[in-house]
Amino acid sequence: MADANRVDRPLSPHLQIYRPQLTSVTSILTRITGNGLIITAFLVVWWLLAAATGADSFATADAVLTSWFGDLCLAASTWALWYHFLAGLRHLYWDAGKGLEIHTAEKLGVAVIAGAFVLSILTFLVV
Amino acid sequence: MRYLTDRKRAEGRGAAHSGTADHWYMTVSAVALAFMTPAFIYVMGSAIGTSHEEVLATFSRPFPAILAGLYLVVAMQHFRRGAAMMISDYSQGITRKALTIGAISISYAVIAAGVFALARIAL
Repeated sequence: MADANRVDRPLSPHLQIYRPQLTSVTSILTRITGNGLIITAFLVVWWLLAAATGADSFATADAVLTSWFGDLCLAASTWALWYHFLAGLRHLYWDAGKGLEIHTAEKLGVAVIAGAFVLSILTFLVV
Repeated sequence: MRYLTDRKRAEGRGAAHSGTADHWYMTVSAVALAFMTPAFIYVMGSAIGTSHEEVLATFSRPFPAILAGLYLVVAMQHFRRGAAMMISDYSQGITRKALTIGAISISYAVIAAGVFALARIAL
């Protein structure tokens, strides 16, 4: 009986025809960066495993990670990790029931994107 | 109109069958990862690109080895639930089950490989 009039329920606007907003884009980016970082985990664990195995396998893994493509992957990973880090802090703030007003949420969106770039540049300078 | 009493609606652990346990785990692991991430990025960023001897020396020291091991375990548990959340948003039925099992398996495989590597280097 609970789903007797399910067909009458209104449909939410479909994602493809919804105008992108800072809040929705930053939310989707949180998911993309979080799940995409599994590739980085594979790379780093492979590199650690190679270091544990011996000089030859380390040379191979090290060559991949320090190539221009490896550098690009690690630079992108650094940005993704900082982005996910800041977006996660934003979630903790929201979970506390704060910052949910639209103008605050949009400011937080800008802060998360800009913050990820600032922290990434700092990382490239320090390490 | 739903023919449910207020009590019936509040009973049990909801559609997830585990209540808010998953959400709470994500909160706890997010806080743990937030504390560890800056140090982890520093340790890994400094180690990648150095010679084989230097890498072995780095992960033979307690702090980098323990941090890397702890980070891998917590991050993969966090990933496992995040990936399952994404999978259940975009897929259904047997596909959802297969992908979820795959995500869980991958996260444990990464933990096992990483912890083995760290133990072999450090011990």
